[in-house]
Amino acid sequence: MSIVGKSLLFIAVLGLAACNNPDRYGAGGAGGAGGAGGIDTTGLGDPSNPTSIAYFNQTVGDRVLFEVDQSTLTAEARTVLAAQAQWMMQNPGYAAIIEGHADEQGTREYNLALGARRAAAVQNFLISQGIAANRLRTISYGKERPLAICSEESCYAKNRRAVTVLSAGAGA
Amino acid sequence: MILLRGLLAQLVVVAATFGFAGAAMAQDYERPSITFDQGVIEPMPIAVPTFIDEGGAGEYAAAISGVVTSDLEGTGFFRTIPEEAQISKITSFDGGIAFEDWKAINAQVLITGAVSMSGDRITVKFRAYDVFNGQVLEGAALQFAGTPDSWRRMAHKVSDVIYSKITGEGGYFDSRVVFVSEAGPKDKRLKRLAVMDYDGANVAYLTDSSTIVLAPRFSPQGDRILYTSYETGFPQITLLDVGSLARQTLDAQDGTMTFAPRFSPDGGSAVFSLERGGNSDIYLLSLSSGQLTQLTNAPSIETAPSFSPDGSQITFESDRTGVPQVYVMPASGGEGTRISGGEGRYSTPVWSPRGDYIAFTKQNAGRFHIGVMRADGTEERLLTASFLDEGPTWAPNGRVLMFTRETSGGEGQASLWSVDITGRNLKEIPTDGPASDPAWSPLLP
Repeated sequence: MSIVGKSLLFIAVLGLAACNNPDRYGAGGAGGAGGAGGIDTTGLGDPSNPTSIAYFNQTVGDRVLFEVDQSTLTAEARTVLAAQAQWMMQNPGYAAIIEGHADEQGTREYNLALGARRAAAVQNFLISQGIAANRLRTISYGKERPLAICSEESCYAKNRRAVTVLSAGAGA
Repeated sequence: MILLRGLLAQLVVVAATFGFAGAAMAQDYERPSITFDQGVIEPMPIAVPTFIDEGGAGEYAAAISGVVTSDLEGTGFFRTIPEEAQISKITSFDGGIAFEDWKAINAQVLITGAVSMSGDRITVKFRAYDVFNGQVLEGAALQFAGTPDSWRRMAHKVSDVIYSKITGEGGYFDSRVVFVSEAGPKDKRLKRLAVMDYDGANVAYLTDSSTIVLAPRFSPQGDRILYTSYETGFPQITLLDVGSLARQTLDAQDGTMTFAPRFSPDGGSAVFSLERGGNSDIYLLSLSSGQLTQLTNAPSIETAPSFSPDGSQITFESDRTGVPQVYVMPASGGEGTRISGGEGRYSTPVWSPRGDYIAFTKQNAGRFHIGVMRADGTEERLLTASFLDEGPTWAPNGRVLMFTRETSGGEGQASLWSVDITGRNLKEIPTDGPASDPAWSPLLP
């Protein structure tokens, strides 16, 4: 599992319905004027429990990757997303925010738009698989939150991603 | 609020001109001048002896002449002759001047000044002489008065007048730059809005770093700032009042993202991108009525809009051909006409306040460039090249650009740089830490 997979075990997943601040990258409860009120903390659970968020993140797979400048879903991405949809159908108590990201090769504005396009591609696919639209929201981080920090294609490929971030207690 | 005093410092320009009865006017004489677009130039030698303390000015006199020297040298057009090389001393602002002594050290322009303090009021006066004919450069003898905390602004105003008289261009020193101050590693970067003098001095922070903030833009009056904030949890354009620091999220529509805002030239509207269902288009929002107007309607990405200074047109970027290119459309909206034609990707077009050029970011063959072109796309000129240069902003005189330069790799950091539209005088702007997304204010009143 990647470094991020591990770090996910320690961060709070923010709620969708009860909360208006999904910015898990913000300083959150650090006391700023960040609108951090109403954060729901959802336990990640035991990764061996198929209904846990940890299982979704690690076994189902919480992210898909994109080619340069593209928001088209690859065959591999569709397989992952089909599994995500299936999991969400079986676990109707969860909602998701889909984060779209871009690599650093591009301007800030364009990458924000591109990240939104990628998040929407995932959202549309999940809806096409039967997930209710009101369980899904999107957010773009553009190039603001790379996962891998080197300036080479090996890192860029990991950063061109859409991540499905689950939270409990919303939607259905 | 204390931090903002520098910005709001009251400054009164007393347009007192000191008519100086110098030597008789020489005919057939070419006054000292620099033309911006001329080729490689030798900096003009000038002398700026330390301003005279005419009472109570203390360290302000030397500090003000120091800032004037730094402003003028910083343009790359001037070279100041060091004090130790100067033959004459200026001991009295209104005393006679031994021009032969200044000619002997080859100073083309001599700048004299005096500073006095009375109560909570500081007064700065100066004259700029054409050393060759012993005359004051026309209009270059003025007096400024204000509170002591505006001393740097007064120095910048002196520099603006002198720069303007010699180059024939508008000044830009008495201006501020809003930017994003950065801290932390690349994957957990903290960002907060900050404002500084154009030269990096007088930094004040406008927000904390509890949420991501991006790409601030000054209003044409310099009193408000538009930027993109994740404060609501989602990227939304936000309006900040510089005086009170009060801020409001604009047009928060559920399920949409708004970003890349800029003011209209009258300051009454914001033009920006609104994303819905993955598609970004350009919209105009009236800041008074709240009326929202859609200006583009295409399945491609339309973003980074910027008005022409007369308000009649908008330049923006679109990837409708597959890669981002620069377009121009009427301010009322439409499909627009593509103006960028070269290889690579063209982004972040920004119209010059003079209307003569559009600055842009170009990405080609793994490098980023800041460039300028005419509004019809001709005369494209790339001014910089690096791993990552982006987001140009115009100085108030439309002759200098500032932009973000980011270094590569895991330790990569952003910094602010400036360059003339000729490609000359590329330099880093000193900031406390990493910094990005600069936007220049208008010339302060």
